[in-house]
Order: sequence, then C-alpha cells, then structure tokens
Amino acid sequence: MSGEPIIEMRDVTVPSRRHIETPSIEGVNWTVREKDFWIVGGLQGSGKSDLIFMLGGLTKPLCGSYTVYGQDMTQHFGDEFLPCRLRMGVVFDDSRLLNHLTMAENIALPARYHHDLHTADAGEWVGELMKATGVQEFAHNTPSVVAWHWRRRAALARALALRPELLFLENPLRGLDGRQTAWWVAFVKQLARGHDLMRGRPTTVIVSTDEFRPWRGAEAQFALLEAKTFVVAGNTIPEDDAPLTQMVVGGGT
Amino acid sequence: MEQGTASLPELAHEKSILWRAPLPPSYINFVGRKLLRFILTVQGLGAFALITIGVMVSKFGVAPRVIHPLVRAHLARSGVRLFGMVMFVSFVLGLVVIGQTVSLLQRVNANQYLGVVMVTVVVRELGPLLTALIVLSRTGTANVIELGTARALGEVEALESLGIDPIHYLVVPRVVGMALGIFSLTIYLILGALFSGYLWAFLQDVPLRPGDYLAQLAASLRALDFVTLAIKTSLFGAIIATVTCYHGLAQPLRLEEVSSATIRAVAQSVILCMIVDALFIVIYLVA
Repeated sequence: MSGEPIIEMRDVTVPSRRHIETPSIEGVNWTVREKDFWIVGGLQGSGKSDLIFMLGGLTKPLCGSYTVYGQDMTQHFGDEFLPCRLRMGVVFDDSRLLNHLTMAENIALPARYHHDLHTADAGEWVGELMKATGVQEFAHNTPSVVAWHWRRRAALARALALRPELLFLENPLRGLDGRQTAWWVAFVKQLARGHDLMRGRPTTVIVSTDEFRPWRGAEAQFALLEAKTFVVAGNTIPEDDAPLTQMVVGGGT
Repeated sequence: MEQGTASLPELAHEKSILWRAPLPPSYINFVGRKLLRFILTVQGLGAFALITIGVMVSKFGVAPRVIHPLVRAHLARSGVRLFGMVMFVSFVLGLVVIGQTVSLLQRVNANQYLGVVMVTVVVRELGPLLTALIVLSRTGTANVIELGTARALGEVEALESLGIDPIHYLVVPRVVGMALGIFSLTIYLILGALFSGYLWAFLQDVPLRPGDYLAQLAASLRALDFVTLAIKTSLFGAIIATVTCYHGLAQPLRLEEVSSATIRAVAQSVILCMIVDALFIVIYLVA
C-alpha cells in the first residue's frame, strides 16, 4: 500500500474496443494506488488492450463502478474529464503517431496544444524527451519512414510530454528484440521509481504484457487476465499449474 | 419464348405486366434499406455539423498557436494552391458564356444585356458552383482520404488520449479554411471571368467600350448579390468540409473502406451544394 487510491473499480465490465457493446473482461475489482507499478498479463485476445483503452478513458465501462482520481468514469466523458485526462498518459503498442507530423512535432503536440506554445517554445522540452527516449536522430522524419520500435519510443515521449502522474502502456514489449526490451524495462522501472524527466516524481505505471518473464525483478504488482476475468496476483508473478498462466509467466519459474 | 427473340410489342407487354405486378419483397427491402440509409446519413451529418459548430464556439480561444497555423495551412490548400487552376477555369468560363451569348444578343440587337448575362450566369450561379466543385475535387477528396486513413490507423484515439478534441484539431481548421478558400477563390474566378468575357467580346468585334461594359455590370449588380455571394460560398465551403470530414472521421473505417467513403462524400457534397444553390435562387426570386 504505497499511497492514496487513484483508480478504483468495483464489478466493472470492460468493453471490447472494437465492439463497444460486447464485454471483454467481467467483474473487475481493482484498486490502484499512487506510485503503484502494475504489470497486467494475458495472452493475445485476453482483453489487455481493451483494459488499457478503458483505463485511458477511451471507452466507458459497460457496468460497475469505476473512478479515477475520485471522478466517476461512468458518468463523465466530455470536457469535464479533461483535467483528469491530462494527469494520464497512454502509450499504444502501434504508437499511433500522427502521420502528417514529424516525430518532433508529434512529441511537441500535447504540450503545444494544452500550454498554447509555438513550436520553438516547446523545442527545449521536446529535445529532452527525444534524448531520453533515444529518438532525436529521427526528429525531422515523419513516422512512416521510421522503424516501428522507434515510433513506439516516440509515442512514449509524446505521452510523457505533459508529465503525467499515471501512465498506461499497452504491451510495450510486443515484438521487440532483447536490446530494445531491456531499454523499455529499465526506462519503465525508472519512471516508476522517479525519472528525471518527471522531476524525480514516481509515476504510477500500469503495463500490459503477454509475457511476465521480462518483468521479473521489477518491484511491481501483478495481475492476470484469464477467461474474461481479472485476477490480482499481488507482489509475485503468479505461479500455478494452469497452462495459460504458465504461458504468460514464460515457462515456469 | 426463347431469350433474345421477343419482338418489341411483346417486350412492352411484358414490361406492363411487370409494372402492375406487386414488388417482390427483396425490392421493398432494397428501397427500405436505401431510405433508412438516407435518413441515417442525414441524421449523422446533421449531428456532426451541430457538434462541429458547438466545438467551434466552445473552443474558440483554445490553443490558437496550434489551431491558427492549421487554419492557414488549410486555407492555403483550399485557396492559394488552387489559384492557378481557378484562373484557367475563369478564363474559359468567360469565353464559354460570351461565346454563346454574344452572337445571340447581336442577332436581336441587345448587346446592352451582356453585363446582365455575365452577372446572372457568372456572379450568381456558375462562379460559386464551379469554384465549389473545383475545391471539392481537389481538396474535399483529399480530406476524406486523409481523415479516413487517420481514423483507420487509430490517430483519432491517440488525439483523444492526449486530451485533444479531434473535431477541434482535425475538423474545425478544415471547415474554416475551406469556407474562406471557396469564398476567396470565387471572387477571383468571377473577376477573371468578367475580364476574359470582355476580352472575348472585344475579339469578336462587339461594339462595346470597357466603360459601357463596367456600367452594365454595375447596373446589374445589387447589394443582395454581394451578401448572398459571401454567404453562399462560405456555406459551400462549410458543407464540403463537413461532409468530407464526416465520412472520414465519424464512423470507424477500415483501410479498404476509405475509397467508398470518398465516393459517398463527393456525391453527397455535390447534392447538398446543389440544394443550397437552389435555395438561394428562391431568395433571389423573392427579394
């Protein structure tokens, strides 16, 4: 128990992001506290992305009680949700950068829009973000000519541009090689502990993954998505005899 | 009866039987589907237009350093970059209108109506409509493709996750830029057509001095022409931008659906512009 509860879910049914009337995960009871670091595992199609979409305020729960920073997410879904949304960042596994902007412009966009800045005024902060995520050499390229793993890093930089207190990462390790995986795990751990970019403030991080193995050793809490249910496993990687769990864990302990 | 051997009367008889026969259920289904689709489209377009107006008002002063450059970029795309093409069309339009009317007016000795014809045809009707069609074909189609692709690639959700209203960022600059673009281009097209009209009349040895031609134009123009021209051209721009943005953004699209969405957007834009144009004719007749 590291801090105040910031996300509270009671009997929440998470909708599918593609068919928003269809439930993807049912009966979610979950409390996320300030400075928590959660790893949510599940195989492909288990609803990890649907959960991240709902957590990020992109879909509404089908039923149940869901609050973020005390705001009822089943009721508020317009401009009244904006102050709450600006405290969150979402990183999509397919990056979803705007293709008509350069990488630097993509990263600058949230800061420019919400603080009403000229491109030059955001330049220094964007430079720091690009340097920290290692994408500075692609600053003037549009996303379509940059390899997808660099685009995902740029999406992380964009999500950090407003210094969010709460960060959702949709399967950030999907398809990465060992070097990239190591970078992401180290960077996310640093964010959870308190990164210089965030002025040393620990960020509450929720990561979805289809394999727990890379996250071993992280001072995180774990949860598993299995058969449309959300199972909180606590501070240790879930280890049981269920074949599905074994697959997510990565071949036992 | 073998196929292909029926005489014309036999075919007519068969056709009359078909007309009297009750419509097959599948045909009723077809018409019903079309009707429902039409109603849903009108409803969707209306709702989208109202949302866009709401966002324009509620976010009027939000992020001007981001939105104003976008408006300027879309104004350039729907206006400045089409200037050459519009001037070419205006030159040809002057030729077409004068070429057709001069010989007719000379036959009845009514050259004094040249200005009236130019104002009626070019200023009130063809100028705004042709400009709207040029902008629709060049920029409207690009809108659907860009926004449809952005929607299919999840960029809209990305904007929402950043707390940026997609309507404010993607639609409002297009609506404002296109409305201003069509308004400005129409003025240039009209001026070009009036000039080239006189040029063609001069080349056809029509005994008309520039001063007389300008006097005819001035006498034919009413204050209402200037007001309705501004409103009509801005409306054309707003309609084209709204319809093309609606088809690109309002519904989840797959990449393979972008082309059919573009076709629908062009057809509906043309129909709506024609309806608005017809409404303005009524205004002229009443005023």
